[in-house]
Amino acid sequence: MRVALFVACFDDALFPATGRAVTALLERLGHDVAYPPGQTCCGQMHWTTGYHREAAGLARAFTAAFEGAEAIVAPSASCAAAVRDAYPRIARAARDTALARAAEDLAVYELTEFLVDVLGVTDVGAFFPHRVTYHPSCQSARALGIGDRPLRLLRAVKGIDLVELPAADECCGFGGAFAVKNADVSVAMAADKVGHVRGTGADVLCAVDNGCLAHIGGALSRLRAGVRVVHLAEILAATGPA
Amino acid sequence: MTAAPPPPASGAPGPVAAPPKFAAAARVALADTALRSGLRGAAAAARERRSAFPEPADWEDLREAGRAIKDEALLNLDAHLEELERAVTEAGGTVHWAAGAAEARRIVTGLVRASGAAEVVKSTSAVTREIGLAGALARAGVAVRETGLGELLAQPGEDGQASYRDRAGGPSDDPAVLAEAARLRLRERFLGARVAVTGANFLVAETGTLVLLESEGNGRMCLTLPDTLISVAGIEKVVPTWADLEVLLQLLPHSSSGAPMTPYVSSWTGVTPGDGPREFHLVLLDNGRTKALADEVGRAALRCIGCSACLDVCPVYERTGPAPYGPVRAGPIGAILTPQLRGVERAAEASLPFASTLCGACADVCPVKIDIPEVLVHLRGRVVESRRHRPVPTPELVLMRGLAWTMSDPRRYEAALRRGTRWARLMSRGGRIRRLPGLLGKWTDARDLPAPPPATFRAWWSGRRR
Repeated sequence: MRVALFVACFDDALFPATGRAVTALLERLGHDVAYPPGQTCCGQMHWTTGYHREAAGLARAFTAAFEGAEAIVAPSASCAAAVRDAYPRIARAARDTALARAAEDLAVYELTEFLVDVLGVTDVGAFFPHRVTYHPSCQSARALGIGDRPLRLLRAVKGIDLVELPAADECCGFGGAFAVKNADVSVAMAADKVGHVRGTGADVLCAVDNGCLAHIGGALSRLRAGVRVVHLAEILAATGPA
Repeated sequence: MTAAPPPPASGAPGPVAAPPKFAAAARVALADTALRSGLRGAAAAARERRSAFPEPADWEDLREAGRAIKDEALLNLDAHLEELERAVTEAGGTVHWAAGAAEARRIVTGLVRASGAAEVVKSTSAVTREIGLAGALARAGVAVRETGLGELLAQPGEDGQASYRDRAGGPSDDPAVLAEAARLRLRERFLGARVAVTGANFLVAETGTLVLLESEGNGRMCLTLPDTLISVAGIEKVVPTWADLEVLLQLLPHSSSGAPMTPYVSSWTGVTPGDGPREFHLVLLDNGRTKALADEVGRAALRCIGCSACLDVCPVYERTGPAPYGPVRAGPIGAILTPQLRGVERAAEASLPFASTLCGACADVCPVKIDIPEVLVHLRGRVVESRRHRPVPTPELVLMRGLAWTMSDPRRYEAALRRGTRWARLMSRGGRIRRLPGLLGKWTDARDLPAPPPATFRAWWSGRRR
C-alpha cells in the first residue's frame, strides 16, 4: 500500500524521530511511504485558538498537498482529529464548499488506527525491553475514539513490561495554547499526571501525541524524574535494545 | 463629554473594578490549599457516585430525546413563552418580563417592597446569582435569608458555620450537629417568612407549572409557607409539555447526583385559595439569552438543564473551583454561557472560552449532548474576530497571522523551520531548553522543552532520497 505520511509541524521540528520511526515501521511492514512535500501545518492551532480565517487558508493548502492520496497516516491523534473533525467545521465557518468537499475526500488515519483497522496487524515485530506506561491523549480517546488499539499494539511488543497508568483518562493539561494561556492550571494538571506516571515505576511514558508528551515530559525533565517520554511509533519501530 | 464607565452586568450598581481574566483568578485559587483539597475530595466523591449508579440501559436514547426536546423548545421559544404566560395568568399568577439583570432586580425589589416585608427567604438558585439579586435586596434594606444549607453555612455572621457550637461550647464540624442546628433556625425563619424568592428548573408551558428539584426540602418550604412567592427563571427553562418533562426528570437527577431521583421534586401552578402563597409572581429573564439563541453554534449552551455533570468531570474546574468563572455559571458550561450572556468585550468574559484544554470530558457526560468543545472553539473565534480590527493589533494576532503566512508556503515554512531550530538549539543546554523569552516563557516557567535535533524531519527525508 502507498502511504502518504503526514508529519505535524511540531513533530517536524521538535520530534523528527517520530516521523522517522513511522517511515521505518511502515517500510518494515512492506509498504511504500511517501512524504508529500507541499505539507506544512494542518491549521489545528489556528483553529483551536480562534484564528478561523487563517485556519481555513492552511486547511486549503493541506487538502491540496494531500489530494489524491490513498491513505494519509499521521503519528498525531490531535492532527488527525483536526483534519477529520475540524475541517468540515472550518469549511462551514468559512462558507467554503470546495474545502468541505476536498476535506471529505481525505482518508486520514492516526497511526494505530491505520495499523489495526486498515493493515489488520497488532504484532509489528517490535522489541522494546523497558517498563512502559501509556497515556491515552484526549484527542485520541475522545475525538478519534481509538480505544485500546495502542494497548493491543503495545502488548504484542517483545520484552516490554507494560504497566497501567492510574487515572489514565484524565487530561494531562497540555491543550495547545492552553499550556501558555493558562500556564498555571496547565502545570497543576501536569503535576497530577506526573504523580501517576511516577507511581507506576515506569521508565518510559508513551502516547500517540507528541504535544502531550512534550508537556508531561517537560515537567518530568524539569523534575529530573528519571522517566523519559517516547512516542508510541518509536516503540513499535524499535527492534533492538535502545 | 466624558466616557461613562461600562455598566456592570450584574451585582452592585456604580463603577466596580474590572473582573480579572480567568488565568489571573485561577492563580489565586490554585494557591488556596484548603480549596484545592476540598475540590479534590469533591471530584473523587463525584467519580465514586458515577460508578455507584450505572447509566440506565436507555441512557443514550434519553440523551438524544432530551437534546431534541430542548432544541425544539428553543426553536419555538416565542410561542412556548406566550403559552406559558397565558397559563400562569389563568392560574392566578402574574408574569413579569425582564430584558436584563437590572430590570429583573428592579422588578423583584419592587415586589418585595410592595409586600411590606423586611425579610425574604430564598432558595439556592443560579439565576438569582447571575443577576446579583441578593446584593440588590440587601441594598434595598431587605434582609435575605439563604435557606440552602451550603449557602447558609458558608455565610459569615450569625448564620455561618462558625456560629454553631457543639455541647462543650467549641466550634462544631459534626454534620449532624450542624444540620440539626440549621434546621431549627430555618424552621423559625420559614414560619415567620412572608415573602420567598426561588428559581426553577423547568417551566411547563401547557399548564403554567414551575418545577424545582432539590435535595434538602428547604426549597419546598419556600414554595409553600410564605404569602408571596416570587420565582425568577431564564426564558430557556421553558418546555412545552409534561411529556417532555418526563424525559428531563430522568436526565437531570442521574446527571447531577447519579441517583435515579432527586429527593424533592416540587411543582407549583399559580395560586390556590386557602393553600400556599396567595400571590405568585414569575419573573422571566432574558439577560442575553435571545442573543445566544441567534448564534447557530452558541445556542446549544441554552439546552443546559443545570445538572453540573460537566463540572464534576472537568479537570480545569477540579483545580480552580468556581470563582475564576465569575458569577453567572462555573465550569465548562459557564465558559460557554457567560461570554454569550455578557458579551466578550471585557477581558474577563473573553478569557473564558480559553479556560479549557478541549479534553472533551464534559461533552461525554452532558445529558442534553451539548458539544461544549465545539462551542468553546466557536466562541474563541468570536473573541478573535472582535479584536481583529483594533487600530493596534494584539501581539497574538500579529504572531498568528505571521505563522499562517509562513506556513502557507512550503519554502517559507522550511526556511523558518531552519532558522527557528537553529535559534532554539542555541538556547539549549544538555539537550534541554530551560528558559524561553516572551510568551513562551510561560511554558518554561515550570517545564523544559527538548532542544530540536539538528535535522528536521523534512531535512532527513530529503537527505535520504538523495
